Amino acid sequence: MSEPRPRGFAADRDASLPLTPVSSVVRLRTAVCLLGRFPALAGLDLDLDAGGVVLLSGPNGAGKTTLLRLLAGLLPLHSGEATVLGADLGVDRRSHRRRLALVGHDTFCYDDLTVRENLRFSARAAGRDAAAADAAMARLGLEPIADVVHARLSAGQRRRLALAVALGRDPELLLLDEPHAGLDAEGREVLDALLRDARAEGRTVLVASHELDRTRALADREVVVRGGRAYPVEAA
Amino acid sequence: MSLLAEVRLVAAKDLRIEVRSRVLLAQVLPFGAIVVLLFAFALDPDRGILARVAPGLFWIAVLLAALLAIGRAFAVEQAHGARDGLRLAGLDPASVFLGKAAAIVVQLLVLEVVLGLAVVALYGVDLRGGAVLLAAAVAATLGLASTGTLYGVLAAGLRARETLLPLLLLPVLAPVMLGATRAFEDALDGATADAWPWVALLVVFALLYTGVGMLAFGPLWEDA
Repeated sequence: MSEPRPRGFAADRDASLPLTPVSSVVRLRTAVCLLGRFPALAGLDLDLDAGGVVLLSGPNGAGKTTLLRLLAGLLPLHSGEATVLGADLGVDRRSHRRRLALVGHDTFCYDDLTVRENLRFSARAAGRDAAAADAAMARLGLEPIADVVHARLSAGQRRRLALAVALGRDPELLLLDEPHAGLDAEGREVLDALLRDARAEGRTVLVASHELDRTRALADREVVVRGGRAYPVEAA
Repeated sequence: MSLLAEVRLVAAKDLRIEVRSRVLLAQVLPFGAIVVLLFAFALDPDRGILARVAPGLFWIAVLLAALLAIGRAFAVEQAHGARDGLRLAGLDPASVFLGKAAAIVVQLLVLEVVLGLAVVALYGVDLRGGAVLLAAAVAATLGLASTGTLYGVLAAGLRARETLLPLLLLPVLAPVMLGATRAFEDALDGATADAWPWVALLVVFALLYTGVGMLAFGPLWEDA
């Protein structure tokens, strides 16, 4: 499979240019994020408007997960500028978190809590009610295992739970890191439907994935991450 | 959501996990009881000594068992990235601090009741000065929990957290050990007037570390 053609070196742009759209959800300018001493993001530029699905592609170790964690406020910005949902991550990594959700490699759940309890805790912490958690549970087909503790779930069930936790938070910005991993065919169909629904509802979704064909079919844009920098891909 | 609602949410979550996992019941309580029993074996057959040093032995047993409960409070956040999930929730770090400390307080109070009964039964202690004992126990527990939560999150980010937590925490808790032991000794001797200044010390310590914890927990929680 051929790699998408990079449009240019985003880091070479003039940072003073007024590139931020009015409805910008994400604006990064020469963002540097260090993991230890290693620059996992090395001067990355990225603009995301509100609404739509954006595929984040690139080889392993390119910086996709680091980018998602930076946007979620879980990693500090070393230098550059980063604004997410109006929050300047250089000074405030916390205030925007309630408005986004991240599905990462971990489920962010507690082994000794049931599916229902994990979902309700996360939803309530995000300021949502139990009904939002229950609706997300139904949407992901988790009702039959609602009272099963997380420790007893299979890998696929945990993946669905992680997606339900994200959905139950009713996020404006949804960050998905390898969301297809561990899902069976039915689960992948459910995920595809979720992405379509999220776009229809006006959410902004950033999907880091190696399932390129599947995700491209659903995405409005693609951005390649390589060597800690982002390269927007031209529309065909 | 208000601060109090967030505190309740975090505390209820931690307590539900402890009830479900039964770590307090199956591990922490038996550990404390074994410590109390070992002191009895070590100082037997002179029960007079046991009764005289009972307050100190009681609080040492509570402190050692508390280390397990405090370590556990942060161990549950390590698995499956739960700590990141809690950070992503957007809760006020002060709420997370108070919620975790509240859950530890509840567990320690249960622990103290059980170990207190064991001390009375095994060491032949005559209970006197109930109000002072209660006030000292509550104040010392608040101090233990707030300090433990603060140092627990500090140790959570370290690779050798299981061994470093006692090293970091025990020296800081020396005033709690001193104040609680002396307050209990005075109360059991019937000198309650002498006990209240120690209770006051425990209250000041608890308030100080609760305040420091509410301020310092956030940066430590983010960087752990």
